[in-house]
Order: sequence, then C-alpha cells, then structure tokens
Amino acid sequence: MAQLTLVEAVNAALKREMERDPAVVVLGEDVGVDGGVFRATLGLIERFGPERVIDTPLAEALIAGMAIGMAAEGLKPVAEIQFSGFGYTTIDQIVNHAGRMRHRTQGRLSCPLVLRMPCGAGIHAPEHHSESPESIFAHIPGIRVVYPSSPRRAYGLLLAAIRDPDPVVFLEPTRLYRLFKEDVADGGEALPLDACNTAREGSDVTLVAWGAMVHESLAAADVLAEQGVAAEVLDVATLKPLDLDAILASVARTGRCVIVTEAARTCSFASEIAAGLAEEGLLHLLAPVQRVTGYDVVVPLPRLEHHYMPGKERIIAGVKKALAFG
Amino acid sequence: MSIVARFEIHYSQFLDEHGKVLQPLPPFARAPQNLVALYRWMVLMRAYDAKAIALQRTGQINTFASLLGHEAVNAGIGSAMAPDDVFLMTYRENGVQLMRGVTLKELFLYWGGDERGSDFAGPRRDFPICITIAAHATHAVGVAYAMKLRREPRAAVCALGDGATSKGDFYEAINAAGTWKLPVVFAVTNNQWAISVPRARQSAALTLAQKAVAAGIEGLQVDGNDVVAVRHAMDEALARARSGGGPTLIEALTYRLSDHTTADDATRYRSPDEVAEAWKRDPIVRLRAYLAAAGAWDKAAEDALLREVNEQVQAAAQAYLDTPPPPAEQMFDHLYAALPAALQKQRAAVLGDESWRS
Repeated sequence: MAQLTLVEAVNAALKREMERDPAVVVLGEDVGVDGGVFRATLGLIERFGPERVIDTPLAEALIAGMAIGMAAEGLKPVAEIQFSGFGYTTIDQIVNHAGRMRHRTQGRLSCPLVLRMPCGAGIHAPEHHSESPESIFAHIPGIRVVYPSSPRRAYGLLLAAIRDPDPVVFLEPTRLYRLFKEDVADGGEALPLDACNTAREGSDVTLVAWGAMVHESLAAADVLAEQGVAAEVLDVATLKPLDLDAILASVARTGRCVIVTEAARTCSFASEIAAGLAEEGLLHLLAPVQRVTGYDVVVPLPRLEHHYMPGKERIIAGVKKALAFG
Repeated sequence: MSIVARFEIHYSQFLDEHGKVLQPLPPFARAPQNLVALYRWMVLMRAYDAKAIALQRTGQINTFASLLGHEAVNAGIGSAMAPDDVFLMTYRENGVQLMRGVTLKELFLYWGGDERGSDFAGPRRDFPICITIAAHATHAVGVAYAMKLRREPRAAVCALGDGATSKGDFYEAINAAGTWKLPVVFAVTNNQWAISVPRARQSAALTLAQKAVAAGIEGLQVDGNDVVAVRHAMDEALARARSGGGPTLIEALTYRLSDHTTADDATRYRSPDEVAEAWKRDPIVRLRAYLAAAGAWDKAAEDALLREVNEQVQAAAQAYLDTPPPPAEQMFDHLYAALPAALQKQRAAVLGDESWRS
C-alpha cells in the first residue's frame, strides 16, 4: 500500500478511473503537459494522450459548459477549475444547465461530470486563491457537493464522484494537499457518497466539519481528550445531499454540537446544519449549537489569514461554550 | 509597417425577394420537388406559430417566442442536418425541431410549461431549448469534442441569435472550437433585434460573421430569408465539419417579424415602417414565387397544403390540451438518477405528507 498525499491520491484516482473507463476525460487549464498547477493531473497526458487529457483555453465558463456537452454526449468529464475563486463564472453553467439537464429532459440526457476545484485558505496564496464557496454550490438543486478530508477519503470519494451519474462539484482542500501522507489502497474502491464519515468517536460533544477543518477538529479533539472531554468528529464528506440523520444520531448521544467551517459565517453550510438540528434535534440538545466559522469578511491575504481561519483554539473555545451551558 | 492578416466576409444569396434566381442554384435546389418539400415545412412552421400565439392569447399556453420570419433559417438548418447530428438550440428554432422529429404536441407541451415537452421521442441526443443566451455554445463544443474523440462522422449544430454573439460564452466557444478544429456549426440568426436592442448596438463589428476570423474559423454571411442560401451554407459547413475541416460560423440575415415573445410589445422600440419593409422580404413569399414560376406550385396545391397544416396543428394542439399535467412529485423525479435519501421526505411532503416538518 502506497503512502500518498491528498493530491497524489487525487492523481491516483484519476489514473485508476481513466484506465478502467475509456469514457473518462480530464480537462482544464494546464492539466496536460504541466500536470496541473498542483500536479493533480501529473503523468496523465503521457499515459492517456492529449485527446483525453485536454489543455483547454483559459476560459472557466467554457470548461464547465464543455463538460456539460461532453457528459450529455456520453463522456465522463472530470474538469479542473484551477482555483475555486476562478470558479464563480462556472456557476451559471452549474445552476442553469448541469443541475437541470436530467430533469429538463425527463431523464433523456444527463450530466455525469465532476468539477474539481481546489479551495480553502492557509497556503499563503494570492487573492482569490483561498475561497470557501461550498455553501454557494450546496444551494444548487440537482448536483452533489463532495469535500474530502484526507488522502484516503479523496481517493475513494473522487472515484465515487466520477462514477456517479449526476454532476458533482468536488472541492479539494489545498491546505491538505501535501500536509500529510496516508496509506491509500489503490484498488479502485470507491467510498459512499451522501454519507457522513465518523473521523473520531466520542461521547461528550459532536464536532461537525468538512475538508481541512476536519483536520483542525481532530487536533482540537486530541487536546480536549487530554482535558477529559471525548469529542466525536463527524466529517461531512458530502455536503449536498446532506446526511443530516448521521449528525442527529451523533448529537442524540452527545447532546452538544459545534459546527466548524472556514467559510464566512452568514449563510455558511454550518448555518444549514444548525437549522437542521434546530428543526429536528432540539430535544437531543443540552446546549445551543455553536458555529465556529470564518468571519463575514473577505478572506484576508496571507499576512492575516491565520487570524481568519478557525484553528484548534477557536474550536476548543466553541466546545467549552457548549459544555459550559446548563 | 507590414500587414500580418487580412480577411474578407462573403455574402451568399440565390433567390431575391421576388423569387428571381441570382446565380446558378446548388445541386440540391435544382430539383423543384426538393424545394417544394422545404416550402411545405416552412408553411407548417408558420401555421404552428400562428396556433401557438392563439393558444397563448387565450391562456392555454404560457409565454411563447414566435419564429415568424425565421422559416427559411429553420428550414435551411433542419434540412441540412443528419438525424444523428446533435442540435443545440434557442427558443426560436422550433421549426428545425419539427424537421428533426420533435412533434407539434411536444412543442405545445414545452410552451405549456411541461418538462415532458423536452423529452423528445424523435431526436434523442438533441439538447433541450437553451433559454440562457449562448450558454449552449459551450455545450456544443463539448458535444463536438466527444464526436471527434470517438472518430464519429457526426456534427453539432448550435443555433444562436445576434444578441448571443455579444456574450462571453459565445466567444469562449468559437475560440475553443477553433483550437481543436471541432465538427461544429454555429448558425447565428441575425434578426436585427435582441428584444429591444438593435443589431447596431450589439457590436461595432461590420458583420457578426467576422467574429469567426478572431477565432480562426470559417465565417460567412447569407441571406437568411433565402432558404437555398441557408441550406447551401449549412451543407458546406457540415461537410467541412465531417471531413475534419473544423467549425463554421454562419450569419443568416433575417428579421424578427414578431414581438420578442408574447410578453413583449415591439411597437415600443421599432417603427411600423421598418416592420412593413421587412415583410417585403418574407421568406415564404419568395420561395412560393420561385416555385410558381418554375411550374412546381399553384393555388390548388397551396389551398390543399394550408388545409393540411392547419388540421395537423389543430390536432396537435388538441392532443396537448387533452394531456393532463404531470403529478406534483414529478418535480423530484429525474432530478437525480436516484432520488437521494435527503430528498425523500420533501417528495413525500409534496404528496401531502407533512410529517417531514416535525
């Protein structure tokens, strides 16, 4: 079993699926000869040729729209948007076409495409390179929004996303791309979509997170454990459709919930989960649900971004607040 | 200073507004029965259009976008395409759709606000009507890429309006299609008006066809009221596409004789004189004049055809009106290949089960 970083796991999944299914094509800016600016598509063009590993012109709306055309015509495109901050021009295509094609044609045409977008802060990148747009995408009907939190998760979830018959926005946390390695079995086995993953079991409080914040939440749980607090960490691997039942089940056991996201607070996906808990889990709760989030500001440039992103200290503070209540 | 590039845009027309032949007809148009067949389609389109407007005015369908004046463009595109090509359209190409096997009833269903109208029994690979302007130009690139990748002798045809050529999606699409020499035809119907904004205010470019030059693809202008010119340009463009010659941008000059839609009132922004002038170039009148002069059409044939198309359209309208609306839960069906668990409760709610709220 190979020890892979998250970005290597993405690469391995792409290779595996292109090998298995000739309908899979990869497209995007610099994905060919360059292997992608993060090297997620490294070596693909040598193995599968420039017809299936497509360097596109520099045009994100084209990439999304072209993927829709390819998918409806029987290919399985995996398109890379170089950074999610450049992905906002794809939203027209995702809202108006990818998410609607199947329903609009009553199943006659469909859009089995994956739009990969590196996202999140913490890599000291220029403006527009540290966005957290997941709640924008999660609002769109007819698509899936998937967000892996580790190399193993990235490998299995990307395979599942490519094999899924509907459009998937696949958000990749750049901060975790090379942060750590994990044993990844490259056997072509997909992980389930539409399901939360329990990253750590605990009985005192439920931490709900996705992407890089799962990593921060696990770090917070380590510290909390030393203080005698057993935190459960749920990894919301698929934001849309949300596996709220798994979160409710955990909160039913712990009675306390802290939701962690590095996105701006208002209308963040943490808000959606908090609303779901308020509607369906009120009687499980021993304390108000806490949201530990980014601030309602533009993601700061690198000199200030560490003040913006929630780290284990802010997560622990949120947990303390939940524990102190009642 | 030296010149590094030059270009010219060719304009093509075979029949003038009186049906007079201006240059030798292309082979397909030399047999009058071929043009009679196109004429019959064009008359059907106009009968359909009139019926749709009548249905809208009496509250039996919703907002409708008329194709009045676009019959030659529609017939030219529709007759040139092969069944297994893929057509990607706007809302003003119902005529092409009819020629490709979409039924009148499906079109009425569509305008009646029923998604089943886009589940064409005929051309299964054709795209549904694209309302967001020019977004489907990028889809056409993807479709054509798939065809080329699989070495298929098929082509994608993307119909657009003059307003669409101002959009980024259009430029991104023709640019990319050029880089890969894709089998795609961009058929721009320049009807002079994008709702209330005239062609002159869309672009300072002398022609829309010349936008092809910047993309490195073929571009030409044709008389969009002359079905022979449209069909011939489409034939050549499709042959180029299928033989690896790459994309073509065709600008067909015509006029939107109707309001933008039934919700629009074009008298607010254009003069009756301009519209009256445009009626003199009616594509149906000129083709009929040519056919009559060629001895291939007469009043008896015309009367019989009008009776036939009106009956056809009436029967389809009735079939639409007799179709009950889909069940409410249809809004969930086909949203995903399999409805996710998270949506099951909402689907139950639309069926009257309110327990999901508690």
